[in-house]
Amino acid sequence: MNPSVSSLGKDLVGLEDLSGEQILSILDTAEPFKEISERRIKKVPVLRGKTIVNLFFEASTRTRVSFEFAEKRLSADTVNIAASGSSVVKGETLVDTARNLEAMRIDMVVMRHGSSGAARFLAERIPSSVINAGDGQHEHPTQALLDLLTIRDHRGRIAGLKVCIVGDVLHSRVARSNIFGLLKLGAEVAVCGPATLIPPAIEELGVTSFTHIEEAIEWADVLNVLRLQLERMHGGFVPSLREYNRIWGVSSQRLAAAPRDVLILHPGPMNRGVEIDSDVADGPNSVILDQVTNGVAIRMAVLYLLAGGRQESAEAAKQGGEE
Amino acid sequence: MAEDNRIHVMDEADVHRAIARMAREIVERNGGTDALTLLGIHRRGTDIALLLRAEIERASGDLVAYGSIDITLYRDDLMTIGPAPVVGASDLPQSGIDDRNIVIVDDVLFRGRTARAALDEITDWGRPRRIFLCVLVDRGGRELPIQPDIVGRKVPVMENQRVDVLVPALDGRLGVEIAFLDVESQ
Repeated sequence: MNPSVSSLGKDLVGLEDLSGEQILSILDTAEPFKEISERRIKKVPVLRGKTIVNLFFEASTRTRVSFEFAEKRLSADTVNIAASGSSVVKGETLVDTARNLEAMRIDMVVMRHGSSGAARFLAERIPSSVINAGDGQHEHPTQALLDLLTIRDHRGRIAGLKVCIVGDVLHSRVARSNIFGLLKLGAEVAVCGPATLIPPAIEELGVTSFTHIEEAIEWADVLNVLRLQLERMHGGFVPSLREYNRIWGVSSQRLAAAPRDVLILHPGPMNRGVEIDSDVADGPNSVILDQVTNGVAIRMAVLYLLAGGRQESAEAAKQGGEE
Repeated sequence: MAEDNRIHVMDEADVHRAIARMAREIVERNGGTDALTLLGIHRRGTDIALLLRAEIERASGDLVAYGSIDITLYRDDLMTIGPAPVVGASDLPQSGIDDRNIVIVDDVLFRGRTARAALDEITDWGRPRRIFLCVLVDRGGRELPIQPDIVGRKVPVMENQRVDVLVPALDGRLGVEIAFLDVESQ
């Protein structure tokens, strides 16, 4: 099996590993892929014959479906494995699961896992390409990429914009990937949330920290409102959901005080009435559904770039030249 | 590549004369401009298609539908050439392609693989009534059973030569030249 050498390398584990140039190349590649989803026949043959396994150890609807659409629209053959109902519940290790899949000759694994570092762990142990669809509290690179693409669509650029990530930064792999991506593309980044949900020493990443949502709204061009990850909160992070909403919730009243139109992103699924009010989520500044549409194009671009070609045969093919 | 390594084949006036004749042939083959749609292949085919459209519209007074198509995702060598080539956007004409008479326009016809890819992509978009293939330069050397309907000029070219169609938008001038490929530039 030849591990493919693409402009991204073999795997996409996190945005921390990529250069700003590589991130821009993914965003630029996603542009033409948007149009494919608008066609009557939403399919191009580019990944014909490639086998992709979607290995999801954690619940996911949006990300899994988005990857699956991206794979199918590129004509790949796909298999979905959820942790429940698989050999994982019988005690098989991650590497054994992956090696068994490898033995059936696959080309790529898209994996979501509850443990931080699981994607890199797997990428270092199998020759197939590994795409991180979220690993614990580490990274969720395709989510950040689709956020970047959506911001660029609506504001025309990333560099120089002020982006504030609001809410449960502590538990959020989306926040980490966003911070890496935004900083590499030259944005100013801030976080805002209750002290219990902001990681200590976050300023060391090059990020400003706001303690009041009003200050964040005053400062920001873009708010990326995170989901309060109730399932990860085992004890005392917030007093109550109602109080969280009262102090930290993004409401239309608060946005009305902003000196400019603030773009509203949310990675979903939303807790309406907790971190974001319905009139904001459905309001004119919300680009939440654009994020979902862009997610398919971004994942198509990542799959395309990771699958793209082998270095050693490049010379032979190039001799034919352009036609 | 050194400039003196190039053979001059067509200058701007030659290209314009060829375009004028090709435009007449397109209208003749199509029996008018009815349902006619020009589809330029990204990138230089789009420039040639725009020249043809301007000429047809000038001569006939009718508006002609135009679109562009990027065949990167339909290449048969995609997984062997790597790293992944840059994907361009395809831009369908407003009128769609169902029941239209499509003219695929490219700058150079060589092995026929680009035309094959374009045919596959168009088939995925819909069902045209007819498809013509129109190229400015046919350099021979086909690897597939594909032949052009309308040709600007046939230029016999050796394997170690490359035909460059120069267009104002990308090269600052209009013309056709042959370049010798030395080992380093391959």
